[in-house]
Amino acid sequence: MRRATTGLACLAAMLLAATPALAQGSIKIGVIMSFSGQFADPGAQIDNGIKLYMKQNGDTVAGKKIELIRKDNGGVAPDAAKRLSQEAIVRDKVDMIVGFDLTPNALAAADVSAQAKKFMVNMNAATSIITTKSDYMVRTSFTVPQVNESLGTWAYKSGARKAYTLVSDFSPGHDGEQSFQRAFKEAGGEIIGSARYPVANLDFTAFLQRAKDMNPDVIYIWVPGGPQPAAIGKAVAERGIDLHKTKVVGQGELTFDEALKGMGDAGLGFITAFHYDHNHQSARNKKFVADYNADFKRNPDMFSVGGYDGMHVIYEALKKTNGDTDGDKLIAAAKGLSWESPRGPMSIDPETRDVVQNVYIRRVEKVGGQLLNVEFDKLESVKDPFKARLPK
Amino acid sequence: MTGSSAAIAGPHQHLEAQVRWRTIEIVFWLATLLPFVVTPDYLVLASQIAITALFALSLDLILGYAGIVSLGHAAFFGFGAYTAGLISKWGWGEPLTGLLAASIAAGLLGYLMSFVIARFRHLALIMITLGFGLLLLEAANSASWLTGGADGLQGVRMWPLLGLFKFDLYGYTAYWYALIVLFVFFLVARRLINSPFGLSLRGIRENAVRMRAIGAESRPHIRKIYTISAVMAGVAGAVLTQTTETVSLGVLDFQRSADILVILILGGTGRLYGGLIGAIIYMIARDWFSGVNPQYWYFPIGVLLIAVVLFLPNGILGGIAQLINTERGQRWFGWATSPPPWGRKP
Amino acid sequence: MITSVFGVLFDGFAYGMLLFLLSVGLSVTLGMMNFVNLAHCTFGMIGGYVTVTLMNTLGWPFLATLPIAFIAAAAISVVFERTMFRRLYRASDLDQCLLTIGLVFVSIASFAYVYGTIQQPVNLPGYLRGSVQVGGVTLGVYRIFLIVFALVVTGALVAALEFTRFGAQVRAAVDNQRMARGLGINVDGAFAITFALGSGLAGLGGALAIDIVGLDPSFALAYLVYVLIVVAVGGLGSIGGTFAAAMLLGISDMAGKYYFPAIGSFLIYLVMLSLLMWRPSGIFGRRV
Repeated sequence: MRRATTGLACLAAMLLAATPALAQGSIKIGVIMSFSGQFADPGAQIDNGIKLYMKQNGDTVAGKKIELIRKDNGGVAPDAAKRLSQEAIVRDKVDMIVGFDLTPNALAAADVSAQAKKFMVNMNAATSIITTKSDYMVRTSFTVPQVNESLGTWAYKSGARKAYTLVSDFSPGHDGEQSFQRAFKEAGGEIIGSARYPVANLDFTAFLQRAKDMNPDVIYIWVPGGPQPAAIGKAVAERGIDLHKTKVVGQGELTFDEALKGMGDAGLGFITAFHYDHNHQSARNKKFVADYNADFKRNPDMFSVGGYDGMHVIYEALKKTNGDTDGDKLIAAAKGLSWESPRGPMSIDPETRDVVQNVYIRRVEKVGGQLLNVEFDKLESVKDPFKARLPK
Repeated sequence: MTGSSAAIAGPHQHLEAQVRWRTIEIVFWLATLLPFVVTPDYLVLASQIAITALFALSLDLILGYAGIVSLGHAAFFGFGAYTAGLISKWGWGEPLTGLLAASIAAGLLGYLMSFVIARFRHLALIMITLGFGLLLLEAANSASWLTGGADGLQGVRMWPLLGLFKFDLYGYTAYWYALIVLFVFFLVARRLINSPFGLSLRGIRENAVRMRAIGAESRPHIRKIYTISAVMAGVAGAVLTQTTETVSLGVLDFQRSADILVILILGGTGRLYGGLIGAIIYMIARDWFSGVNPQYWYFPIGVLLIAVVLFLPNGILGGIAQLINTERGQRWFGWATSPPPWGRKP
Repeated sequence: MITSVFGVLFDGFAYGMLLFLLSVGLSVTLGMMNFVNLAHCTFGMIGGYVTVTLMNTLGWPFLATLPIAFIAAAAISVVFERTMFRRLYRASDLDQCLLTIGLVFVSIASFAYVYGTIQQPVNLPGYLRGSVQVGGVTLGVYRIFLIVFALVVTGALVAALEFTRFGAQVRAAVDNQRMARGLGINVDGAFAITFALGSGLAGLGGALAIDIVGLDPSFALAYLVYVLIVVAVGGLGSIGGTFAAAMLLGISDMAGKYYFPAIGSFLIYLVMLSLLMWRPSGIFGRRV
């Protein structure tokens, strides 16, 4: 019996010793997103963005050292997101929680941020309502309506009158569909048909044939990253869709680097709307891309810039509060921040705490033998239209 | 006095001997109270371990005792989880009645499915359970007007437990709740297993054909245990929803079913505590490894699984049982596997 | 209307051929030695990464990488079989499950470490891209290639099984292992070779699949479900059964998505469930 008690006491001592000692003069940031599983790549890119910012700007702000505590969410798992956020705050004593690649995870963590009154930076999850779930949250990525309504408005402006929409059959896809259709119709256009493809679908020939048969001026496609964009590109070519007669437009993921590499020349002429591309022609971005490639041997993408700008907000807010990590002070400091990011000018809307930025319209062209997204039009300082329409 | 009696006098005495509480069991359950005192920062993790343990126990009932391998058990877990979530979303946030409703819903689903389950064996059975699980997942995704789809259910808010205990940030209420629910159902399972019904299940697992020859119809038994297992899984899911105030498609997916199967096999099937031990070890290991290296923690977990299989056949408890059954094992650990001194009959 | 039906059948057939290549190995080894090898798709992933590495790093042409993908996957599977799987032939199904799942986890983490989590693109040679018009229907060239290739492989497999001595030994071992052993057939040797062949085929399937389904470290787990479905529906140990099941599932998957997009994703599971409930041991299964 005595041995058991001593054993338990030793165990207790070991566990207590394992809890991290409170380091004086450091600011702890809980980075919660998917580092493993299906969504590991976006997580890696966000992390790279964070690392690059810290490398360029040092790891000390307002006299305190920044300490990152990374936690793997492992994909769509809001219960894990909530638990990890709670543990980060309660166990690891973090001063803020950041990251959040997927909407369900962000929504769950928002609860914790609101309850614990901790500053939260959403570096990716793009569903509009997320920022409404916690008064302590800012977003540094984009929202689906922001990008897709802009695309719908632009599509009409460019001369298209009949549109066919094809989206992935889950919430972000539905959001994209609603956003595009709403803006296109408001501008005066007509939606002549629509379809939703199963989330795991890999063969788009049938869907695109249907779309082609309806003879629209523009086919709008919403697709998440992964192997699907390349498959769509190939299917468009296979079905013989003439891009001079029918424009193919979509959200930026349609023409990501991997997608273009996979679909090849079939993607020439695709038009996408997005807030960031590594081909954005600005001095700031050129430096960003060069530094990013030097460290990580690949181009940055929207995830990277979400992480990078997220860190910028954190650093600037901390400078304003002089290192005070109180949730109320930090969010007050973050509201209204405005700066030149690699993506272009951006700011944090003081009312909604959401990102205000340019939405660029780009076309896939061959530049110097490489397929790139070349910007040729833009909509400036776009606020999230969905929240703007919500009753106050 | 040695741990087990030398000769088994008869089935009733055998069952009586099994039903008596052993020292190690008492120590185990007392130890589950430790996190409150020793590691109060880890209570949220502890509550999720308790939920997983309950889920694993429910799978053990059909897998370890009745021999039904299910790759789709998350269907009941998720069904219970969504039921509890929807009830709260629609305005009724009382936890215990929500739990009751979820258990009935999951039980009903289990009852209906049991008619199909009882007719098949082997690979067909495994794939049918898998198929149903995946169908339910797809249905939940399609019915996003009801379930919230990929974004998850919004608006789940729980009232304080028993009107007094709010579900707080630190997880005190959550862990108490999950632990007590686990214990109650554990007692139920224990009683069930150590009863004539439980014995007949084991017989069915070993040789279903022969069981019919001695007059024990296997199908009604299988239906009964499958329904009970579905109820328990649904309860586990409901507790998860209530303690985290969130539910999404992840409660229904293949990953969840596969994880719980791995956890149960890791701990050891057919040993009542296998699921509990497996849940504790797997989830602590996963939490630890992913904390050390969020990107590549699959590697040490995989190595852990491989090591357990190579060195501890029949799971952790199976391996331990083998060690204890030796001469030396009995000498050193015999006290653990026999009833406590005050519980032994003279 | 007829043309679209044919188009859907064609695409479904191609997808089915892919599933066939990925699954046939598992069906035979499961039927032959009752060894639950959930790491089967890991060999597929290995084949895929071999192709990607040879093409992107060493500049090999696509077709030349295929035999290497086959050999690499087969060779690695032999190593695993000798060191780990062998010990568990007598163990319970569940233990085999756990071991092979552990292996899958280890392989996912290893490939993520070496190759990163990024989608691996593969640049097909020009003559395999694009499409051709056949009687008013547009058919993808790569899919035609896939179908032809898989049919040739199937033909070779069936010929080997039916017309060679080794094939006869394998068939005997699948039918009744004990008898086969009693007759002096080297069942263990036959199994080792069959296991290597099956894993090699999975590797080939993985390499061919990159253009259609993409490749990243989670491949090993993501396609496991589909492979299990094909194997269960087709019947363990039966090449013909696996072929039929793969075709059926590939076509119903495609047809579902095209004709009934609302229930498209359900169709494959409904088909599986109905088939299994009608024929529990698979379409051409042997066991009762």
